[in-house]
Amino acid sequence: MTYSARVIDHYENPRNVGSFAQDEDGVGTGMVGAPACGDVMKLQIKVGQDGVIEDARFKTYGCGSAIASSSLVTEWVKGKTVGEALEIKNSQIAEELALPPVKIHCSVLAEDAIRAAVADYRKKHPNR
Amino acid sequence: MTSPRPIYLDYSATTPVDPRVAEKMIPYLTNAFGNPASRSHAFGWEAEAAVEAARAEVAALVGADAKEIIWTSGATESDNLAIKGAAHFYGQEKGRHLITVKTEHKAVLDVMREMERQGFSVTYLDVRENGLMDLEAFAAALRPDTSLVSVMLVNNEIGVIQPIEAIGALCREKGVLFHVDAAQATGKIAIDLSALPVDLMSFSAHKTYGPKGIGALYVRRRPRVRLEAQMHGGGHERGFRSGTLATHQIVGMGEAFRLAREEMAAETARVRKLRDRLLAGISGMEAVYVNGDMEARIAHNLNVSFAYVEGESLMMALKELAVSSGSACTSASLEPSYVLRALGREDELAHSSIRFTLGRFTTEAEIDTAAALLRRHVGRLREMSPLWEMAKAGIDLKAVQWSAR
Repeated sequence: MTYSARVIDHYENPRNVGSFAQDEDGVGTGMVGAPACGDVMKLQIKVGQDGVIEDARFKTYGCGSAIASSSLVTEWVKGKTVGEALEIKNSQIAEELALPPVKIHCSVLAEDAIRAAVADYRKKHPNR
Repeated sequence: MTSPRPIYLDYSATTPVDPRVAEKMIPYLTNAFGNPASRSHAFGWEAEAAVEAARAEVAALVGADAKEIIWTSGATESDNLAIKGAAHFYGQEKGRHLITVKTEHKAVLDVMREMERQGFSVTYLDVRENGLMDLEAFAAALRPDTSLVSVMLVNNEIGVIQPIEAIGALCREKGVLFHVDAAQATGKIAIDLSALPVDLMSFSAHKTYGPKGIGALYVRRRPRVRLEAQMHGGGHERGFRSGTLATHQIVGMGEAFRLAREEMAAETARVRKLRDRLLAGISGMEAVYVNGDMEARIAHNLNVSFAYVEGESLMMALKELAVSSGSACTSASLEPSYVLRALGREDELAHSSIRFTLGRFTTEAEIDTAAALLRRHVGRLREMSPLWEMAKAGIDLKAVQWSAR
């Protein structure tokens, strides 16, 4: 399998690897995928009082394209409101990383991870 | 910038042609180019003599008579000829039931699927956790209408050595033909067909420092084993397999097998030390599992699962190593290795397995580099892995409800 330069860059220099404490104020955590499928992504967003995502972290078990997709997403969600983050589409991720057809599911998973993180954030912060 | 070629640790995929083998082959392409089937002139006689000398070398490595060796294009063709040829010949008379094992190579499994399509019934036996066959389960699977059993000698992924002597003895008792795929065994373990209860055995040249595109099938003469030919034509190889013989390839296989016979003992001892050095180099790491039995195993293979790390991303990290991953993630199926699954490995372990296969040209420095790279990259990927984080926090991953798509 050959990887695009962007996938290799994110894989070799992943952005925002790590974790926030799940109970930290403003944090939403999304975990998607399954070990049996070969991909598990954990995406965390830290949202300020103004509803803007200040910071993001990820950890991913998966192929290089899955790691790159989640790394890219942490960069993209920063500075967006949670509503704007939900507008990120898997097709944009796939295009940015030049993912081949067999790796499209990685971008789908990254989009799911955003949704899961936002849903968790909204559940924990119903009044924001 | 051209990066240096990776360290080759994939000898079970293929081996380089030994330079001594290549040197012996070349004259048969240019000068001694005759057709071994040409009986009327010296060109043919010269080629025929070379083919027969090579046949004797192949036979000598495995304790067979030269008359029992049939040239084919490789082990896949040998497997096809053995299974289809025997099933077609004996199917009517003895019965239409065949037995094989779930961890066989696709060259056997796919032939078995084809036999099912043709109306045969096939039993695919499970293996034990160590990859070895369960002899009791095998004995129980034998039926009055079983005509053929096919079991590989050495597994290509995990390198375990199946107890073919015991399996063959049971086959003899029941009058069942026994085929063994030995593609991964030649030059690695001793094979003596004069003593083994085996009727058909497949060989490949390119796994044993010979050229690709040539192999052989052993067909026992006493008691005589009959096959229905799958390739019809000029009646070459006593009608078992028609087609002009590839003299240069055959000469290469003969020389490769001669070298294997002479050097196997010393080479295996050297490779075993290197393999054990690799294992020692990574054994300090946490959550590392060897797949397959370590005793009944060739010295050349180490198949390891690095838990909580996905195989394809590990392969990507190990770009300086030419190794093979148990994970078939490059296909759309995302299926982990069927061999490791047959061992009962959990999916996340099957996903993260790497097969290292060492060989004639592997050096100690290469092994030390490989071990260092593994330690570094497995550590890095685990820092990135949510599964590792959860395991470290004491969470039982099996109890988690995953959102499988």
